[in-house]
Amino acid sequence: MRVTVTIDRRPEIADPEGTTVLRALHELGFTEARSVRMDRVIHMDVDGDDPAELKARVEDMCRRLLANPVLEDFAVEVEQ
Amino acid sequence: MKTAVIVFPGVNCELDVLHAVTALGGEAALVWHRETDLSDFEGVILPGGFAHGDALRTGAIARFSPVMASVAHMAGRGAPVLGICNGWQMLCEAGLIPGAHIANRDLSFICRFEEVEVVDTGSVLTRAANVGQRLRIPLNSYQGAWVDPSGAGRVVMRYVEDPNGSQERAAAVANAAGNVVGVMPHPERATDRLLGSSDGEVLLAGFLESLVTA
Repeated sequence: MRVTVTIDRRPEIADPEGTTVLRALHELGFTEARSVRMDRVIHMDVDGDDPAELKARVEDMCRRLLANPVLEDFAVEVEQ
Repeated sequence: MKTAVIVFPGVNCELDVLHAVTALGGEAALVWHRETDLSDFEGVILPGGFAHGDALRTGAIARFSPVMASVAHMAGRGAPVLGICNGWQMLCEAGLIPGAHIANRDLSFICRFEEVEVVDTGSVLTRAANVGQRLRIPLNSYQGAWVDPSGAGRVVMRYVEDPNGSQERAAAVANAAGNVVGVMPHPERATDRLLGSSDGEVLLAGFLESLVTA
């Protein structure tokens, strides 16, 4: 099954890359841009039949490896 | 009293560490990261570099290397464990030191001497130094800014001037017990006047002393 994992840096953690990109957008005249966060999306193909069970497995992958609990939150979406 | 210098694929400071420890009269050996037995060693140094090419996050893959269970075990029973640069990032990923690392505030790879000040001598890295002592040590990192929302990290050295946005200007942080320490600048690269500074000697000498008393 196709799985999408979104990993967001927590709002309270600085994102220097996002800040730099925001500054570049402003210099290009896109002054309406208010904030930029360089978060991460991971696409995976995972074996399994039961979406709920598979989601729980991938959440476990996030807790163990894919996300850093100090810096990041994650969300797992299983495509039906 | 022997120190294991762990070699992960992609680290590049292991020989510098080995040389520095040996030059200070210590005994050390390189240990491949797939080893699991550290019973011949009293202490561990995780050297700097780019383990696994920094894939995913710095230190994120290395922390699951087979040797890391033994490192955690030694850390838990009070043995001296030092992570330098990428080694510190591994210790944070492994949960042996609070916090994590993010990119330098100005997104620049910083490679220059920095002045750091010892603020806590209750760690295996700083025990031979004095509070307030200033040391010139080369910094060489991109993901160098330490963040610790928990506030549990024990800062033992600070940058005199903030180079990278590290929380509390932390250049070195210990666990509560002081036997596990991470340091971002490289003490092993400041162990000879020919290298421009020998200020790292007091740090590594303190680490080697701690092996005797651990």
